[in-house]
Amino acid sequence: MTGDAWVDLLLAIIGGAVRVGTPFLFVSLGECLTEKSGRINLGLEGVLVFSAMVGFGGSYLTGSPWLGVLAAGLSGALLALLHGLLCSLPRVSDIATGIALMLLGAGLAFYFGKPLIQPQAAQIPSLALGAWSSSPQVQSALSINALFPIGLVLAFLMAWGFGNTRWGLVVRMAGDSSDAARALGYSVNGVRIAATCAGGFIAGLGGASLSLYYPGSWNEGLSSGQGLIAVALVIFARWSPVRCLLAALLFGGAGAIGPALQSVGVTGGYYLYNAMPYALTLAILIATCSPKRSIKGAPMELGVSK
Amino acid sequence: MSAPRPWHSPLESVLLPTLALAGALLLFGLFVALAGKSPIEAWTLLFKGAFGDAFSWQNTLQRAAPLMLTALAVALPARAGLTVIGGEGALVLGALACAGLPYVTGLPGNWVGSLMVLIAAAVAGAVWVALAGALRQWRGVNETISSLLLGYIAIALFKHFVEGPMRDPASLNKPSTRPLDEALRIGPIIPGGSIDSWLGDVHWGLVWGLALCVIVGLWLSFTAHGFSLRVVGGNARAARLVGLPTDRLIVVACAAGGACAGLAGGLEVAAVHTAANASLIAGLGYTGILVSFVARHNPWAIPPVAILFGGFGAAGSLLQRRLELPDASVLVLQGFAFVFILATEALRGKLFGWPMPSVLKLRLTPVVKGSAA
Repeated sequence: MTGDAWVDLLLAIIGGAVRVGTPFLFVSLGECLTEKSGRINLGLEGVLVFSAMVGFGGSYLTGSPWLGVLAAGLSGALLALLHGLLCSLPRVSDIATGIALMLLGAGLAFYFGKPLIQPQAAQIPSLALGAWSSSPQVQSALSINALFPIGLVLAFLMAWGFGNTRWGLVVRMAGDSSDAARALGYSVNGVRIAATCAGGFIAGLGGASLSLYYPGSWNEGLSSGQGLIAVALVIFARWSPVRCLLAALLFGGAGAIGPALQSVGVTGGYYLYNAMPYALTLAILIATCSPKRSIKGAPMELGVSK
Repeated sequence: MSAPRPWHSPLESVLLPTLALAGALLLFGLFVALAGKSPIEAWTLLFKGAFGDAFSWQNTLQRAAPLMLTALAVALPARAGLTVIGGEGALVLGALACAGLPYVTGLPGNWVGSLMVLIAAAVAGAVWVALAGALRQWRGVNETISSLLLGYIAIALFKHFVEGPMRDPASLNKPSTRPLDEALRIGPIIPGGSIDSWLGDVHWGLVWGLALCVIVGLWLSFTAHGFSLRVVGGNARAARLVGLPTDRLIVVACAAGGACAGLAGGLEVAAVHTAANASLIAGLGYTGILVSFVARHNPWAIPPVAILFGGFGAAGSLLQRRLELPDASVLVLQGFAFVFILATEALRGKLFGWPMPSVLKLRLTPVVKGSAA
């Protein structure tokens, strides 16, 4: 490859980091909120697929992408509410419920999404941050999903909220010591259901980003494990919303390598490059986890860190 | 409250899943009704398509065979206390290994060769799932997440090899590996069986599935090794205190489960598809998770549950044809069933001891006391 090709590749990866990373960002923020309250929701994978379908359908029917985004968030919250309620029953494990939700979310999305495979829906607008440049590569790399700044603000807002607001502290207390929360008169299950539900709403925005921005259509293979990767990212980010942001961008970049290489003409090993994010997630989990101690920053009541 | 009787627990183990499935079917009916279709007709078609005639029985049993094996891939680690859901990945890698063995070595063209490709499939699946168990024991990585990630990596590897280095140039529209040699394929249980009989052309995979469920059941119930595995699953700390090799037992359980799922992939290639291609990525691993949960990870209960869900799968196309429901309606039914199964788990131990409404309690107290004595 020539020097120019390298620059193009780099730009494509940077642009891709934001484009591919936005759904990761929302799902990992949603999962971060859920896990802070002491529950793990593996079902966000199902939430992502389902909300992507609902978001696309909403935009298609109303003609407004933002109504689609809202519908996606609400549908995510609804599915997550089911998770929250089920897990509040005695002897129901959050991991098993997550698996059930993964299957249910995908099933419902494929069922209702059948008529949505062909049509086009109004897309989320992009912000042309690269308008100052004359190079089309720079322009396309810096044309950014309008949801991304929302996610950016949300990450910092959540980081601040966990430390400085009553609600943030209550969620963290439910996640670190259910006894303490109970002693102060809070319903642990109530807090967890609320946190899971809100987390589902945030993850649903990630679904809208998938179907209404990039790749920007609805099909049954739209999410293959991005939701799950985002769940794993929260461990890597050690339950900090700001680190979730960095991790999501890193993973967006890794996920963009395959398509970026393809766009500059490298086609061999297409599937292997696409598997990079999964392999990277696994490698990071292996590096950050340890059987001897629980991970620093992990909510004490969380099963995944035990 | 009446005292628990010895027959309460086993009866509950049958009643609760039945209740859950009934609930799921009821909700599914409502769902169908919302789509403007008759729920009665949907239920009828569901059972007709699954168990209505000889042809549907063949279809059902064909589908149940791999489900038994992928369910074992969840049940075995679950008995050791792990939630491993890597069945889908182990299945596709097993299929790849089965189709791939003839690429690397010549094989005898008889049952020995058949056995060798199946063993290759089982080994590939075993290694893959054992990896998830090993990572959890030695690195503390959550096994549910790692097994799912490994599943996606397995599917990527599968597609890479099937569409790249191992692609048969003759497969134009649908990239496939070279078809398995005629002599290595697995045939029907009854050679030349009449398609009018309910066993018809059902292949040997069903026998493998049933046999492995029985073997695993016997192993867990009647061997010291199986017993130690259940101790580990019940309380890993206690198991370590009494000196059981916890890590090794867990990895062995994962490997055995993975071997079953890998074998399922091998059988699908050797008996159904004859080559490895994208048709194998059909969610059999995911349905296996549901089967195992409905069977409460009990190998004796897996075959009937697998036949039931195999049947629902078989009825899917009938629902699609006759009621014009999307083919994903079976997935929706499965999702409902999963949710209901988990929800009814909360009723365990309460089914025979409902806290009675106080009005009833006043009136019935003497009687209840008498019966409990």
